[in-house]
Amino acid sequence: MRGRWRWLLPLSAIPFLALLGFGLTRNPQFFPTPLIGQPAPVWTLQALDGDSLSLEELKDKVVVLNFWASWCIPCRAEHPVLMQAARTWPDEDVAIIGMVYDDTERNAERFLARMGNDWRHMLDPGSRTAIDYGVHGVPETFFVGRGGVVAYKHIGPLTWDVMKTKIDSLLAVPR
Amino acid sequence: MINLIGTVAITAAWLGAASLAVLGLTAGFRRSEPLLRGAKYAAGFVFASMVAAVGAMEYALLTHDFSVEYVAQVGSLETPPYYTAISLWSSLEGSILFWGFILASYTAVVVWVQRRSHSRLLPFALGTLGVVGMFFYGLVATVANPFGVVSPVPANGPGPNPLLQNHPLMGLHPPLLYLGYVGLAVPFAFAIAALLSGKVDEEWIRTIRRWTITPWAFLSLGIVAGAWWSYEVLGWGGYWAWDPVENASFLPWLTATAFLHSVMVQERRGMLKTWNLTLIIGTFLLSLFGTFLTRSGVLDSVHAFTEGFIGPLFLGFIVFITLISLTLIAWRADRLHSPGTLDGVVSRESSFILNNLLFAAFTFTVLLGTTFPLIIEAINGDRISVGPPYFNMVSVPLGLLLLFLMGVGPALPWRRTSGEKLRRTFLPPVLAGVAAAGLAFVLGIRAVYPLITFAFAAFVMTTIVEEFAKGIGARRRISNVGPLRALGQLLVRNNRRYGGYIVHVGIVVIVVALSISGTWRFEREATLNRGQEMVIGHYTLRFDSVSAWREPHRDVVAATFSARRGDTDVGTVVPSTNFYRQDARASEPIATPAVRSFIDEDLYLTLMSFDPSGAHATVRVIVNPGVPWLWIGGMIIGLGAILSVAPQRRSALVRMVTARSEGS
Repeated sequence: MRGRWRWLLPLSAIPFLALLGFGLTRNPQFFPTPLIGQPAPVWTLQALDGDSLSLEELKDKVVVLNFWASWCIPCRAEHPVLMQAARTWPDEDVAIIGMVYDDTERNAERFLARMGNDWRHMLDPGSRTAIDYGVHGVPETFFVGRGGVVAYKHIGPLTWDVMKTKIDSLLAVPR
Repeated sequence: MINLIGTVAITAAWLGAASLAVLGLTAGFRRSEPLLRGAKYAAGFVFASMVAAVGAMEYALLTHDFSVEYVAQVGSLETPPYYTAISLWSSLEGSILFWGFILASYTAVVVWVQRRSHSRLLPFALGTLGVVGMFFYGLVATVANPFGVVSPVPANGPGPNPLLQNHPLMGLHPPLLYLGYVGLAVPFAFAIAALLSGKVDEEWIRTIRRWTITPWAFLSLGIVAGAWWSYEVLGWGGYWAWDPVENASFLPWLTATAFLHSVMVQERRGMLKTWNLTLIIGTFLLSLFGTFLTRSGVLDSVHAFTEGFIGPLFLGFIVFITLISLTLIAWRADRLHSPGTLDGVVSRESSFILNNLLFAAFTFTVLLGTTFPLIIEAINGDRISVGPPYFNMVSVPLGLLLLFLMGVGPALPWRRTSGEKLRRTFLPPVLAGVAAAGLAFVLGIRAVYPLITFAFAAFVMTTIVEEFAKGIGARRRISNVGPLRALGQLLVRNNRRYGGYIVHVGIVVIVVALSISGTWRFEREATLNRGQEMVIGHYTLRFDSVSAWREPHRDVVAATFSARRGDTDVGTVVPSTNFYRQDARASEPIATPAVRSFIDEDLYLTLMSFDPSGAHATVRVIVNPGVPWLWIGGMIIGLGAILSVAPQRRSALVRMVTARSEGS
């Protein structure tokens, strides 16, 4: 390996490195879920504050269904994003719904008392609703458009960018 | 408080690594002793800082200090102390911290072992280790800082991923693998040192060999321990699935193994210099690639470890290291040109070169299979996966050829040989191979690959026995001692060579076990009522009861089966299902198989489902012939590797004599 040919050695690595770079551009958190484009599984649940609510009642709004738990660290990280979302969009356009996942009522209330609470949280005994939605772990968030069709699923902590683009795109759909 | 101590220690380690890099490289270029001494102090300082950082993290874990971000992520009050201690490597930030700690330890050991060396290589090598360290400590200090502050302090945490706290081997497998991966930074550093100084000599070979065998041995043991862990924990009765993460550990193993052989050709014949440098640098790059794969989620879509900037930063580092080192090789290629040429087509060096070609082909096919889904997606966006059929199809023939060469290479003399000598050396092994295959055939085995495997295995074992017999004979002639004593002397005085043969024995054992378990494993799934029996092979199982109990961190439901092997009662086998609490994955129970090992095979039970009243249970029973020998083979490899890195104690006389008995 002498002469000019030797420079082929470093050059040959470039396509491979480029391939790895391409690998990073894909969203590893993208999981195809069969729910996208399908009607969101319906539920009627008791809220943390004692009232009962069903998904039916929200069908004129964009719904953000956020599965969380008090023991989940990334949920703490995304909490401010949800707080900001609750402040940004009026209740009659966007309903943010917390789904308490595998947690006790007391711990969930304590978490909310500390971290702030501007939206409703549903109790999901036996994780039945979580199973209907195919939740792997928390946090996971489903964006349901007006009319009750699941539009997006986000795995892991929400960022403001994700929140804003998804909600804006769903609000842009005419009623 | 711990947050602060940890962050300060990490920052100190980064500063130390930066000084190590600057001092080491400058000392190398200027040939300055005082600067080298400074670099050594810097290495010591980095080590001390990393000890402090890991110590702080362990303290935080064990005292459940949930104000520390990492502890809040993986700790819980209920997790038993052993699993709390080892949760250091159960998640991303902790494992990078641990990576850094091992790197600092290796660097310190290099300084200690080479403390009397006046080599031109040492300062460059230390400087290179400093550069590598800067990246890892930098990661820990910034984007992967495990010491972040959580406020308000949670009362409890979720505990580690249930799969990672379900078996004690978790305390062994990751550290071994990391000691392998990270240790490969040392030979890499010496390779870069050789390129920077333009000096590839005897001392370089000696140094780099020793610093490659050690991580190679850890990597081998880590791979075997990983297979064992997945066998004991995952419940599907297998031990290797060609998963990208498994391949990631196998790839550097392949190239490091190739290097350990080809460097001997360089030692004896002065050939293959550029090739060897490329191999060892490639090995480190593959180990980085492995860490990248497992830590960035490029190929593996399990979501826990993928967030943040770590992926791009890691890739940037890989690009940097790859381009710098390959450019250095190209730049030095002229100076490294080897004077030696092949004398005979049938010689040890030619068999080693063939061995290297096969290892390179093996590496390429595994790498191709691992990255193929990515290539396809880059080209047309399709998502595909490459599974075990591809890997088995390509790796079995390559593995068998390598097995065959393992018998040929060591038995051939260097340079050239005569036909007569060849006949004398290879007649017994060939006969043994034919006999083994014939015996297997008579016993009713008709599968082609196992027949070839047995033939080659007998062939290799016979050549190894021949080598030992030759060595023992020579020693007895010199020192007039009994055969056992002679064997002992052989192992102590010529540990490198005979340690290598012992490693070969371990590999043969593993290959035979793989072939047997791959061919003759069988399984049955059955639902049994209480007291009902099932028969599988020559085992009879009776379902006795279901019992449940509560442990601090989990609920366990276990089914008891009484087992008979033939007419012999072999006691009870108790597979269980564990429900971990306080965790995102708590809804998914973790099945823990029960493995009953015999000398020839394993009886492997996984509890699939059970009736809470204990009336019936569904169990998957696998009979896994040969599997216990995988772990035994792994231990033999470990023994051989320890023997061959042990410091050599050879008097001038012995050296002369062994040189003669090595047939040169």
